[in-house]
Amino acid sequence: MNIEGRTLHPGQAEGELLVLAEPLSFWGGLDPKTGTIIDQHHPEVDQSMAGRVVAMPGSRGSSGTPGVLGEALRLGVGPAALVVTKADVNLIAGVIVAEALYGVNCPILQVAPHEMPPHGVADRCTILAQPQDWPAADD
Amino acid sequence: MKLTDAEAHWLSGGEGKAQQLAMRLVVAAAEASGALELVPIDFAHINSCHYSGKLSLDFAEFLLAEGAQLSVPTHTNASLVDRATPGLRPEEDFPEEVAGALRLMDIYEQLGCTPMWSCAPYQQSEGRPGLGQQIVGSESNAVGFFNSVLGARTNKYGDLLDISAAIVGRVPLVGLHTAEGRLATHLFELQLPDETLTDPRLPHVLGLILGRGADTAVPVIVGLPAAEEDDLKAMAAAAATAGAVEMFHVVGITPEAPTLDDATGGRVPELTTLVDARLVSSTLGSLSTIAAGPVSAVCLGTPHFSIAEFGELVRTLGQAHTHPSVTVIVTTSRSVWAEVQLRGWNTLLGAAGIEVVLDTCTYYLPRSTGVTGTVMTNSAKWAYYAPGMLQVDVVFASLVDCVASAVAGKIRLSDEVGA
Repeated sequence: MNIEGRTLHPGQAEGELLVLAEPLSFWGGLDPKTGTIIDQHHPEVDQSMAGRVVAMPGSRGSSGTPGVLGEALRLGVGPAALVVTKADVNLIAGVIVAEALYGVNCPILQVAPHEMPPHGVADRCTILAQPQDWPAADD
Repeated sequence: MKLTDAEAHWLSGGEGKAQQLAMRLVVAAAEASGALELVPIDFAHINSCHYSGKLSLDFAEFLLAEGAQLSVPTHTNASLVDRATPGLRPEEDFPEEVAGALRLMDIYEQLGCTPMWSCAPYQQSEGRPGLGQQIVGSESNAVGFFNSVLGARTNKYGDLLDISAAIVGRVPLVGLHTAEGRLATHLFELQLPDETLTDPRLPHVLGLILGRGADTAVPVIVGLPAAEEDDLKAMAAAAATAGAVEMFHVVGITPEAPTLDDATGGRVPELTTLVDARLVSSTLGSLSTIAAGPVSAVCLGTPHFSIAEFGELVRTLGQAHTHPSVTVIVTTSRSVWAEVQLRGWNTLLGAAGIEVVLDTCTYYLPRSTGVTGTVMTNSAKWAYYAPGMLQVDVVFASLVDCVASAVAGKIRLSDEVGA
């Protein structure tokens, strides 16, 4: 399976697909040391993001989301890629900084809500997020 | 999207790696949110200084090592720790968090931030942003206050992006930075009896009603006869707690709503909600988990206590001393506390057994500080979050009832028969 969409952060990835039914606040909702969802009110609580292509509506609420996502990526337990329906600037900030500081790539694609796969865990899928045509820095 | 020559120069690394990374974050945010250009800002209030793990620290170390410079006056949000009272979060119990938080505070001061360590930086008149100014806000109540009460223009910026915008001095021109984005779409009409309109708890409850009803939209209230800045602070905090409200209007009170037409741009609201006494009463009831019994703590100052609130606290206390079994904590900023000291109120508060916590917030404080049982608060935001974060029972009440309960050692509610 191949997911296509609008590039929010470029890169390529492959992994098992985990589709979240609801947005997640990473701050308090994801354990950055294990990559596990710990928000007890979230439908996908106890699922791991580690190495998976995680499709979700977006993040919720907290200012701490970029730091927690970036921390999971630093520790090697972050998602392989993110697929979101909302152009979520907090997720983008987290992956840009994790890539700049630690060299970890986590592409982000935006898809329309009706293009989201049904929630749950599914087969492996691949993501190819082409660089945008705006003047991205090339370092 | 269009970049100026200067912006493109920063993005290509011409001003160094820190400025380049900061510009990459701002431009990526602009692209994602559909902005066509960046707009200069005059001020920032940042939350990146609040420790949220190693990445937040590594990013700050990178900015410092690469010689990042701030483009605008930048105030710091509350920290994870109270530097003046380290025992609240002992370093031996939380070595990584405390060491990280202290280092982060040092770095942001070295980068040139004004060390406010406050979620209510707008309480300091010096440097307070004004009507029409483009700024960066991060903490949710402050974003609501800047937009709604001061008429300054900001979206809510998350960690990393807020300090990046302060470095490059620009933000994507989109959302609440534009006149169109600030127009109200959700109308809340108050039809309330006088005793409800003058109840000090009403602004908190209205904030929750706005948050639940408007979520991410811009709401407007009609029918509120008066509101002080502290009332609007409470409303902003509660609206961003129960929902994601970043701006609201109150007709006749907030600066962009002299009339309903000014607030809505003359358009018919998408949704109209009638706020009657029954809705206020049921919302109020949802904020307390218990109604009687002993009180172990009273937490005031979420968001940070203002000088006016300290004045009311001192007047309400009179000569009374708080009950020895009750811990009373007020959180505030260094700048308001300095004003309290100038007026000599710190002596009165100390004599009454009241503790003051600076730089941080009581619901960040770990359970090991020993607060269990029932906590009273005059903040809807505290009442909403604390049961989940601290596992305590909560009573939301007016400041007068909080003080009466702190003195009595048990819950005293003035609107309860026989209390």
